Amino acid sequence: MTTVDDTRTIAEATAPADSLWRHLRYHIARHPLGAIGAAIMAVFVFAALFAGLLTRFDPVSTNAALSLARPDALHPFGCDFMGRDVYSRIVYGARISLAVGLGSTALGCSCGVVLGLASGYLGGWVDLLVQRLVDIMQALPLLVLALVMAAALGPALGNTIVAISIPLIPYSSRVIRSNTLALREMPYIEAARAVGMSEHRIAIRHVLPNTLAPLIVLATAQLGSAILVESSLSFLGLGIPEPHPSWGRMLSESAAEYVRTAPWLVIFPGAAISLAVFGANLLGDALRDILDPRLRH
Amino acid sequence: MASYLIRRFLLMLLTLFGISVLIFVLLRVVPGNIADIIFSAAGMIDPAEKAALEHDLGLDLPIVTQYLHWIGGMAHGDLGYSYMTEKPALAEILPRIPITAKLAGLALAFSTLIGVPLGVLSAVRQNSAVDYVVRVVSLSGLSLPSFWLGLLILMAFAAWFGMIPIYTAPPKTFLDALLLYSIPAAAVGFRSSALVMRLTRSSMLEVLRQDYIRTARAKGASEHTVNYHHALRNAILPVVTVIGIEAAFLMGGLIVTETVFNIPGVARFLVEALKWRDYPIVQSLVMFIAVVAVTINFLIDLLYAALDPRIKYAD
Repeated sequence: MTTVDDTRTIAEATAPADSLWRHLRYHIARHPLGAIGAAIMAVFVFAALFAGLLTRFDPVSTNAALSLARPDALHPFGCDFMGRDVYSRIVYGARISLAVGLGSTALGCSCGVVLGLASGYLGGWVDLLVQRLVDIMQALPLLVLALVMAAALGPALGNTIVAISIPLIPYSSRVIRSNTLALREMPYIEAARAVGMSEHRIAIRHVLPNTLAPLIVLATAQLGSAILVESSLSFLGLGIPEPHPSWGRMLSESAAEYVRTAPWLVIFPGAAISLAVFGANLLGDALRDILDPRLRH
Repeated sequence: MASYLIRRFLLMLLTLFGISVLIFVLLRVVPGNIADIIFSAAGMIDPAEKAALEHDLGLDLPIVTQYLHWIGGMAHGDLGYSYMTEKPALAEILPRIPITAKLAGLALAFSTLIGVPLGVLSAVRQNSAVDYVVRVVSLSGLSLPSFWLGLLILMAFAAWFGMIPIYTAPPKTFLDALLLYSIPAAAVGFRSSALVMRLTRSSMLEVLRQDYIRTARAKGASEHTVNYHHALRNAILPVVTVIGIEAAFLMGGLIVTETVFNIPGVARFLVEALKWRDYPIVQSLVMFIAVVAVTINFLIDLLYAALDPRIKYAD
């Protein structure tokens, strides 16, 4: 009589590091564009975390002698009007962009989850009220609402995060609500209710986790738009105030003038914004394919 | 249908009322008004003078009274006076509308003419080199800030022609106008064209898999007829919605582009008014943007029913 020894195969299958790596390799092969997006985002996160190690100059200290200096070996991206090193400002600027991008996306999605879950699960007048509120917020273009919010709150890092997060709320609340409505009728929710679980607990423990996949997809897509909106607000002078090195702000100071005289002041900050948003969009597309196969194409 | 229209119209009014309250409250809950800005610019604050200015502008009244004054005035076509120029807000806003409308129209035309054909091409040749190029280009279209794209175009003009086509005086000839407006319109439209392209592609892919397309091929219809006559007609519906939504939301892209190209339209005016806390102008402009957006959405709903005979709005 032969016996099958399962222990070794199970141990192999559940070896965390190895299987994680294999999993990763599988996804990289299947979604090369997504892997590029993830790599781009990783570079920006690395730059934000270790900005001090990657730069030689202080991003805010000025030097009149270097005003509008052309790119050279010491200052690869040149210097701005105040003689500040553009490369250092771009590397440090990753902190601002990621802080605003991640902060406003997280804040907007959290508020959207609470509203969407309450709206979809409770229904009735709560649903009606929340939906009208969402209609009102969605009737204005994202940048217009963010602009009015930012102007009302005043230019500061925290205020910019809040100003961008508010217009993002309707999108996540809509996604969570429609998912909740579908999940509410599922047999396993009925079963949970039958064993006497409280409505509150069902909503948090059983409905919420099942809406996470579409939420992650949406949040990644919103990360890109949040970075874009921050750069627009700062470009218009209503976002991150001086002397913080914000990419959008770097483009604002008489950018149309520098188009002729100092193109490096226009090219590099704009390229940084575009690359960061491009990375977030590529990653978002790949995550959508992986997590939400119904939306594939 | 009639009762659906009435319900939809009332909902539209409710949304506009909500926006008016939201904007009015937002502008007033924060400390600092035009009087503070004027006096802080002057360097000294005389409380009596400041109070007199606030009284003149009606800023000392209770917020509900201020709101009712504004709404009441709006019903009579009176939007108040600009704090910056002291001219009627309506007289400041009206001449700027055609400028922004031209820009928006051109941008929309650009995004449709580029987006739809490339989306179809990308879907018909799915997973080919053309498809990959179109997809990467469209994704980069969504990633480039339109003000940066505008600046790059200006840079190219400065390098090649030694001039930059920004708005310094109203254009005299049609050609001047076309040059002045089409470049910023392309900078804004590139982003919308990317959205239109992506949606046309996915919508076409869905339709091309359906049975009636196989039937059309089986009866010997040419590729061209199948793609454009049979597939695109059904795939275009969601695209129409997105083009409509883009039309309503184009204002976001126009704000930065008008600033870059120095175009005196309503979008740039909103930024200036916001910086000056010029409440009558900001309120009126935001309401104008909201009315345009909400009306376009309403019209898209109607157009949808007209384009797709399967959709009937139940009473």
